[in-house]
Amino acid sequence: MLELKGVRKRFGGQEVLLGVDLSVKKGEVVALIGPSGSGKTTLLRCANFLETADEGTMIFDGERYDMARARRAEIAGIRRRTGFVFQSYNLFANKTALGNVTESLIITRKKHRKEAEEIGLEALRRVGMADWAAHYPSQLSGGQQQRVAIARALALDPEIIYFDEPTSALDPELIGEVLAVMRSLAEGGMTMLVVTHEMSFARSVSSRTVFMAGGAVVEQGPSADFFRAPREERTRAFLASLAEERK
Amino acid sequence: MSANVWQLLVDSFPDILLPGLIQTVPLTVISFSIAFVIAVGVALIRYAHVPVLEQLARIYVWAVRGTPLLVQLYVVFYGLPSVGVRLASFPAAVIVFSINEGAYCAEIMRAALEAVPVGQMEAGYCVGMSYWQIMRRILLPQALRTAFPSLGNSLIAMVKDTSLASNITVAEMVMATKYIVGRTYQALPLYIELAVIYLMFSTVLEFLQRLGEKRLNASVGREVKRIA
Ligand SMILES: Nc1ncnc2c1ncn2[C@@H]1O[C@H](COP(=O)(O)OP(=O)(O)O)[C@@H](O)[C@H]1O
Ligand SMILES: [Mg+2]
Repeated sequence: MLELKGVRKRFGGQEVLLGVDLSVKKGEVVALIGPSGSGKTTLLRCANFLETADEGTMIFDGERYDMARARRAEIAGIRRRTGFVFQSYNLFANKTALGNVTESLIITRKKHRKEAEEIGLEALRRVGMADWAAHYPSQLSGGQQQRVAIARALALDPEIIYFDEPTSALDPELIGEVLAVMRSLAEGGMTMLVVTHEMSFARSVSSRTVFMAGGAVVEQGPSADFFRAPREERTRAFLASLAEERK
Repeated sequence: MSANVWQLLVDSFPDILLPGLIQTVPLTVISFSIAFVIAVGVALIRYAHVPVLEQLARIYVWAVRGTPLLVQLYVVFYGLPSVGVRLASFPAAVIVFSINEGAYCAEIMRAALEAVPVGQMEAGYCVGMSYWQIMRRILLPQALRTAFPSLGNSLIAMVKDTSLASNITVAEMVMATKYIVGRTYQALPLYIELAVIYLMFSTVLEFLQRLGEKRLNASVGREVKRIA
């Protein structure tokens, strides 16, 4: 479904991605883990063209794209088929929860308001936020905002959703509700690429885990194997440091 | 105060207020509307860093803010006729006030646009919206909310500044008052009366501003950020 090959990106003099290869099959949930600053966010942003990669090939649904030179129409086409959930939610501050979800349905998909609202309410229902449809983002907790953000992505019926540390900005007691929604999406067969620091989520929900460090993929494998017996020293050190933090 | 002075104040009140209603108010409303359009345009150009236009926008703001309003009025009304551009006083005033106010409001709008977190634009892109769709439906509405109090202050300042239009023969309230003073030699009570009428105008605007802010706050479910 998605294949990234040789993705390179530098910011000024700093090489952030050193030729990353990554693939996600249809229906697969891939966890992307790694220390802060290793380039995970940048990789997701390049995949959705919020940043332009310096080099790299993307194969999306069988179509091949040059990530450094994708045309505007190609970018729009890819974005139309992907969802993106930000660490900081980024809900539209001037729209209600429902308005956030229906905005693009109405504006880019040309749906009538009524139809858009039906789809929107259904999406909000899936994340348990239908009762909050009329609330503005500022009236919602972080966990609620993030669930609305997930609904906003869902409503557009994406083929894959990218999550960039969706629970990192949340108070600990709110993390569970967001992870529960993501777990149910995974069980429903949604294709997901999830940057996360939640190892229990990676272990129990994702089918495959990819470990990145210093702008490159260090190790990857089926999540069960990956966590039971990491092969690389750097992976072990990273997992140990997380376990240490937990204490 | 003598009964005569009271009578003078009562008699002169409509003679000052009327020019206010038919000159000051239209001058303010028309000029501010044009200024707002200019401001949004200039702010968009500067926000998007449109080459060439951005430099022009900068020069515009710099030139307007660095020169006195009165001088701008003189240039347009007394200066331009020498190159064949002859304008009646009211249109000349509208042009100058629009251009002047536009520069100040442009800076307010630009700051407000830049205060919208970049994540709003990115989220728009990620749901497939185009730059203009996001600008129109997400960024500008938020920027307007942020800018509203400052724009309101600027409007109130502008009402007072329209008093300068008397210098290019616009028959607004100062002009009307001067005329009555010339007849009656009662400068102190009449100019105080004029001040009170300006105060009434400002107070009405301040009231509307607060009402507007309340509405806007309610429509995002919180208090809007204020920027200086
Ligand atoms: N827009 C940017 N400009 C300059 N440097 C950036 C930018 N975005 C990210 N970086 C740098 O790239 C590196 C990788 O960042 P990021 O992709 O956010 O890592 P991660 O998500 O794994 O923590 C960091 O050193 C960061 O400072
Ligand atoms: Mg990150």
